[in-house]
Amino acid sequence: MANIKRSPWLLHYDGSSCNGCDIEVLACLTPVYDAERFGIMNTGDPMQADILLITGGINAQNQPTVRQLYEQMPRPKVVVAVGVCACTGGVFKDCYNILGGADTTIPVDIYVPGCAARPQAIIDGIIQAVDLFQKRLDEHHEKKKQKKSGNEVKANG
Amino acid sequence: MSTTKIILVICYILFAPLIGGLLDGFDRKISAKMQRRVGPPLLQPFYDVIKLFSKQVIFVSRYQIFFLLSYTVLIILTGVMFFAGTDILMCFFVMSTGATFLYFAGMVTSTPYSTMGANRELLQMMAYEPAVLLTCVGFYLAEGTFNVGQIASSNVSAILYLPGFFIAFIFILTIKMRKSPFDLSTSHHMHQELVKGLTTEMGARNLAIFQVTEWYENVFLLGVVGLYIINCNPYSLIAAVLVVFATYFLEILIDNTSARVKWDTMLKVSWGVTLFTAGINLIILMII
Amino acid sequence: MVMPVVPFLILFPLFMACLMYLIRNDNVRKITAFIGAAAIMTAVGILTAQWSAGGCQVMTLYTETPLADHVILAAEILLMCVVTILCFEYHKYWISLLSILPTSGMMWLELSGSKIASSCHVYIDRLTILMCLIVGVIGGLIVIYATGYMKGYHEHHKDLKDRSYYFTALLFLFLGAMFGFVLSESLLWIDFFWELTSVCSFLLIGYTREKEAIHNSFRALWMNLFGGCALAVGILLFAVYQNSISLHELVTCCQINQFLVPSGDSTALGVPSIAIALIAFAALTKAAQLPFSTWLIGAMVAPTPSSALLHSATMVKAGIYILFRLSPAMYGTMTGSMIAFIGGFTFLATSLMAIAQSDGKKVLAFSTISNLGLMVACAGMGQQETIWAGVFLMIFHAISKSLLFQDVGATENSLHSRDVEDMHGLLYIMPRLAMFMFIGIAGMFLAPFGMLISKWSALRASIDERNIILVIFIVFGSATTSFYWTKWMGKLISHTHLTEKKIPEVTRPTELLSLSVHAVLMVLLCILFPLLSKVYVNPLIEEMFGSVTDVLPNNVLIMLSFIILLVFAVPFVSYVYSRKVTFNRKGSYMNGVNYGDNRSFVDSFGERKVLWLSNDYFRNIVGQRKLMKPSQIFTASVLIVMLVIIIGGAAV
Repeated sequence: MANIKRSPWLLHYDGSSCNGCDIEVLACLTPVYDAERFGIMNTGDPMQADILLITGGINAQNQPTVRQLYEQMPRPKVVVAVGVCACTGGVFKDCYNILGGADTTIPVDIYVPGCAARPQAIIDGIIQAVDLFQKRLDEHHEKKKQKKSGNEVKANG
Repeated sequence: MSTTKIILVICYILFAPLIGGLLDGFDRKISAKMQRRVGPPLLQPFYDVIKLFSKQVIFVSRYQIFFLLSYTVLIILTGVMFFAGTDILMCFFVMSTGATFLYFAGMVTSTPYSTMGANRELLQMMAYEPAVLLTCVGFYLAEGTFNVGQIASSNVSAILYLPGFFIAFIFILTIKMRKSPFDLSTSHHMHQELVKGLTTEMGARNLAIFQVTEWYENVFLLGVVGLYIINCNPYSLIAAVLVVFATYFLEILIDNTSARVKWDTMLKVSWGVTLFTAGINLIILMII
Repeated sequence: MVMPVVPFLILFPLFMACLMYLIRNDNVRKITAFIGAAAIMTAVGILTAQWSAGGCQVMTLYTETPLADHVILAAEILLMCVVTILCFEYHKYWISLLSILPTSGMMWLELSGSKIASSCHVYIDRLTILMCLIVGVIGGLIVIYATGYMKGYHEHHKDLKDRSYYFTALLFLFLGAMFGFVLSESLLWIDFFWELTSVCSFLLIGYTREKEAIHNSFRALWMNLFGGCALAVGILLFAVYQNSISLHELVTCCQINQFLVPSGDSTALGVPSIAIALIAFAALTKAAQLPFSTWLIGAMVAPTPSSALLHSATMVKAGIYILFRLSPAMYGTMTGSMIAFIGGFTFLATSLMAIAQSDGKKVLAFSTISNLGLMVACAGMGQQETIWAGVFLMIFHAISKSLLFQDVGATENSLHSRDVEDMHGLLYIMPRLAMFMFIGIAGMFLAPFGMLISKWSALRASIDERNIILVIFIVFGSATTSFYWTKWMGKLISHTHLTEKKIPEVTRPTELLSLSVHAVLMVLLCILFPLLSKVYVNPLIEEMFGSVTDVLPNNVLIMLSFIILLVFAVPFVSYVYSRKVTFNRKGSYMNGVNYGDNRSFVDSFGERKVLWLSNDYFRNIVGQRKLMKPSQIFTASVLIVMLVIIIGGAAV
């Protein structure tokens, strides 16, 4: 089974955030935090991404966009909600246009709290996401194997 | 074909991706060091490719994989022809046919970023082709043959006759290796105005195939750099390897110290450099 | 030896032309044209068979032909009258002078005295046979294509009067003229057929009788007649000087002179070298080289069959043919360098201009001029290798250009546009036509098709010749050439903008027949390339130069066949593979704002915007308006200076 833990590529989407978390996300990639030592790369392209980092809450306008980007990512994929707005809607929760956190639209796996989330916390969240990423692949292979052996049993029977 | 040639070809087919990947790893490591970072592990490019292969296979256009595979095979063929010591001009012709297929792979999706990237890829081809052909012309003038085997076993290194051609070739190598300031068609670093350019619609396995092909191509191109140095003296092999490494380092340095230019600057500069350095060298060689 | 097939080839098309003009029933004319084309192709076959039965030797026929000479003189005068009347009708009085002057010169030469030594009038060697095959096979196919095409053309252009009978008649007339031209050895005959092809081209360009067409047709006329004048002067000079009107004698005479002046001082070669320079100059006008390129671009207003037949596959090749004939005499002379320079420059300049064109036929026109430039350069260098390359360029160019022109014509009839931008996704709308176009374009520049190999050897030959400028021209020109072709191919395969709209294809069976034969020929020639080189082209070079060395080394040939196999096999295998693989289809990446499909997105007002993708054209940088005038002025001054030097040097 392939070890895919060492190459998580990110897609970073800015919902209706105040940009605080976004700056922190980009800070992760600077020489100070150097996320690339874990193989983390920031791609701008959902087709090539493994982990979706989403900042800010979901509003009516960006909901279809978030859904689409999530759809375009190939499996296995993991979603990390960065910052309290992405987790729950945060201070904007009761605004007329905010629907809530990212989990109102797509399944979120990891929640990274903070306003704004610190780079250390973000990297920690990504590392947790990476474990989940590997687990999903393993599960997928397991299922495939079972399906195959199930078929063989059927054929034998 | 002699046995050494066959061994060389088999080595190329088997080990070129390994060498290319390792070089890529070095590239990322050195770049990180230049930016005072720790950087990814040396084997990071392999981890990436393995991951890409194990992901769900996706496509935007069904025919993209068809063009990509053709691209791959033609690039491998280019390298095989080169290391088998055949005609260098033919090698480059096959290479540009391969590059055309890459362009098709970008065009076939008919999506905005991919198409724009493909258009720029085509411009890059136009920018580097004269220098590539002139390289062959230079070899022919210096050694009297297009045959790679004969060029490699000449008495004197070709670079002594062809310094201008060498500079032109190194210059367009920056385009060919998709290094800044000429990484117009695909952006290898972060997200930029073209997203991922030509490779935007390549996810998972398609991207992995593209990546491996790039490695094959880089090894071939560095082989051409080595061809400038190599002669019948076995020690020249060591010199060639050193020059190849130096060239690669130079490319990394250029990559890290320059910002991307517009297409017309690329075209003008690369044609200008080609005309100037290779042209002067050509005149001197032809007159002598 | 008497070969009745030779006069048949010249006269039968004339007869067919009259017949075409008289038959006004479309179906009857179609069948007759079909039969006529078939007869011409058979006749060419018989000619080839007879000639090869005779051991593929050089044949010289018809030494004494006083009757034919007089008929041709009469015809020439008739031609002059026609041109003069037309010029007066459209108030272009001065153009008629360009016809009257050379004709009167020829009349004087023929009637003033009989001092001209008699020689053969028909000369058949490999180059002649090759030209006959090109003219016969491609010409025949184009005539067949034209019968179907003209119907679609007039359905598409309802405002024009249907004069298909006149059009087909002219096509046949042209075929006759072309056969006459390539078979003739007598310079007088060559001159006549030369003028006849010019006039045919003129009449065909003006077919629609629209303002632009008439304007362009007169431009083509004066440029070609101007070349004809140079040709006539060249012939007169030589005839008076040497008392001979044999083309080969001219070449030998010049070669001997060169031999006598071993210092290589090419200016002291006397009258024959002036004659050669003038005839070569005439060939430049015929081959639409700069500064005379504009006539061929203007000629694109004519219906497509005439563009395919005259303005890319055959008539313009007449210029190349005559240059090939002269090339042994031009080797190493000032004339040779002039021709090579003009050819090389045209190759680069027009391929740059082709980038800025989006009209399919214009692209083809520019690329025709550009490729002709390469052939002209090959002829100008006048070496074995270059002629070898030039002959291959000619063969491949004739077939793929004819295929492309016909295909663009057929596409226009269905799509009602011949703009490359409108061909976006043609592969999904009209797969057959797109495939043909793909083959044709691939034949023009991709490895391993013949054009590329020819470029390979042209490049090598110019290095061997130490011709720096030409090396630079070829190197940069081939980069720009691949740019505009690849761009076009990319357009064809892109997923279509027009998924909703279905466009009915109105291609007729005759058109498809011609297209398929062309495509098959293209691929066959590509596969049989090494064989063709060994069996036919090498002996052709031997005939011209007396000796031959293999231009392509054996290992390259072996590699070539290997590449051919791979290049055909790889896409096939990966295509089969790509059909079988199961994928998960995703929408394309448009920042997550796709509007359901890959064709449109949501704009900032929440409304649907349809995507429209376009190629790069750089009109402001390499456009025709930007580059044409300067390069015309440049080449014209180069030509004038060099001609003055050649003529002045020889006369002193």
